[in-house]
This record gives sequence, C-alpha cells and structure tokens, in this order.
Amino acid sequence: MKIRVLVSFKESVLDPQGQTVKNALHSLGYDFVKDVRQGKVFELEIDDLPREQLEVKIPEIADKVLANPIIEKFEWEILE
Amino acid sequence: MKFGVVIFPGSNCDYDTYWVLKEVFHQETLFLWHKDHDLRGIDCVVLPGGFSYGDYLRSGAIARFSPLMQEVREFAARGGLVLGICNGFQVLLELGLLPGAMLRNKNLKFLCQFVHLKINNAETPFTNQGRPGQVLRIPIAHYDGNFYAPPETMEEIKKNNQIVLQYSTSTGETTEEANVNGSLENIAGLINQQGNVLGMMPHPERASEAVLGSQDGRLIFQSIISWLS
Repeated sequence: MKIRVLVSFKESVLDPQGQTVKNALHSLGYDFVKDVRQGKVFELEIDDLPREQLEVKIPEIADKVLANPIIEKFEWEILE
Repeated sequence: MKFGVVIFPGSNCDYDTYWVLKEVFHQETLFLWHKDHDLRGIDCVVLPGGFSYGDYLRSGAIARFSPLMQEVREFAARGGLVLGICNGFQVLLELGLLPGAMLRNKNLKFLCQFVHLKINNAETPFTNQGRPGQVLRIPIAHYDGNFYAPPETMEEIKKNNQIVLQYSTSTGETTEEANVNGSLENIAGLINQQGNVLGMMPHPERASEAVLGSQDGRLIFQSIISWLS
C-alpha cells in the first residue's frame, strides 16, 4: 500500500521560502493569493498493515525522521 | 589529551579541523569514522562542518542516526566535551543534545563571509580564554543557520546563560543588521545546560592561522586545551 506524508512548518514558524513564492506570485499579478506555506511530500510504499498499526507506525516515522517536531508538523493519508 | 574528529560521508571541514588541532596546536588527534562504535579514549570530540549525507531531508538529520553518534550521546552524558561546528551544530540539534532547530537563512542565501561574534559567556570549556563582550572575527559558510526555538525553550536558554556567541558589529553590538542569518537573539554559538556540549555556526578552524586572515578562532581551541589540561 501507499502512504503520503505531508510535512510543513508549524504556524508559529516563519517560512521564508513560502514568503518568497508568495511575493513571486504577487509580482505576476496573482494578488488573490494571501499566503503560501511550503512543505515536503513523502510517498511511502509499504507492506499492507491494518489501520490501527498504521496509526502508530506512520506518526512514529514522521516524528522520528521525516519531520523535525520542533519546527514542523505533519499529516498523512492512505493513497492506495 | 586526545581529540577525535568525526567523519561523515559529506563532511568537508574534517581535514581542516584535524590540521589545526594536530599541526597548529600539536595535540594528539584521531579521525573517527561515523560507522565506528568506539571513541577510542578521546577527551574531546569535534563534529566538523560540511554536508553530512548531502544534507538530505534536513541538515544533520541523517547523521544523527550514525552508530558513532550513539557513543557521542553517551560520552556527552558522562560530561565529555563535544564541539559541533556548522554542520556539526546542526547534527547536535537533530540529535537533541542542544535545544532548538535551524531554519534557512532569512535572506534565503548561502552565506560565506567573515562575521563578528560577541562572547556572551566566557565561563565555558570553549571560551574560557576570552572575556565577556570580547569580539571575534571568524567566517561562516552555511545555508541553514537561522536558529529557532519555541518561546518557552528560549526562556530556558536565556535563564541558563546558554548563549555563548552572538552575531554582532565589530564593536560588539548585537544589532539586527549584524544578525546575518536571522537567528533568534543573534545566536551563533549555544551550549547545553550541563555546559559540556557547544554548537557554533562560525568556523574557528578557518581562522586559526595568520595566512587565513584571522587567528581569532584559536581562542576556542585554546580554551578547550586549557580546560582539559
């Protein structure tokens, strides 16, 4: 099965790259864009696991490796 | 006394650091491979600058899982001296031996330049040859040196006098302009609560010989040697 993990900066942390992308969009005339937050996407191909095991293991992986919990948060979903 | 310089795949200041310890300060110095399980009786371990594991994922994030780093963690817990320079600082943060994290520099540029640093705490094993307020001129070379910690952690850091070096003007003022990468409290060097693990973004090994334009970095190594003597 396939899992997608999204990692992005916590709201309290400034995201200078997102800000730069927003400024670029504004300079192109897309003024309706209010804010941009940049993040990372991980797609994990894994053995089939029951839901309850996923709910333990995926956050564990995200906390330990994929994200730095001091500055980043994550969400995950099952793709297939 | 014996120094150990750790080599990760992608370290690139390992030989510079070794050179300074061995040839400039005439100290017994060993290279330690990141896959080793033994610190071989050293008194001080140095995590050098560079791009360990290509800085993939986050700077320092993969290096922290190296077998040797588990030894370094125990060594630090026993009170052993650990110095992390640049990428070494980032590894110490990821390892949790120092509080906080690094964000990309505020101007999104890789900064490679001399900076001025104010010694904020001169009572550490790494700065005892200096005096509070003394200004050092040492180069930086990094992309992710914008120190961040949540407000409650910053309170702790300040309360415990853990800020050792701060980006400053040549006269020691910690202005916003001198804070080249955007770090909270102009933090360039940070020590742990126990006072035996220092992380610093500037490169003292690149400022330890007159031919390199500054010898101010010698103070860091001299302090360690004097502490261990």
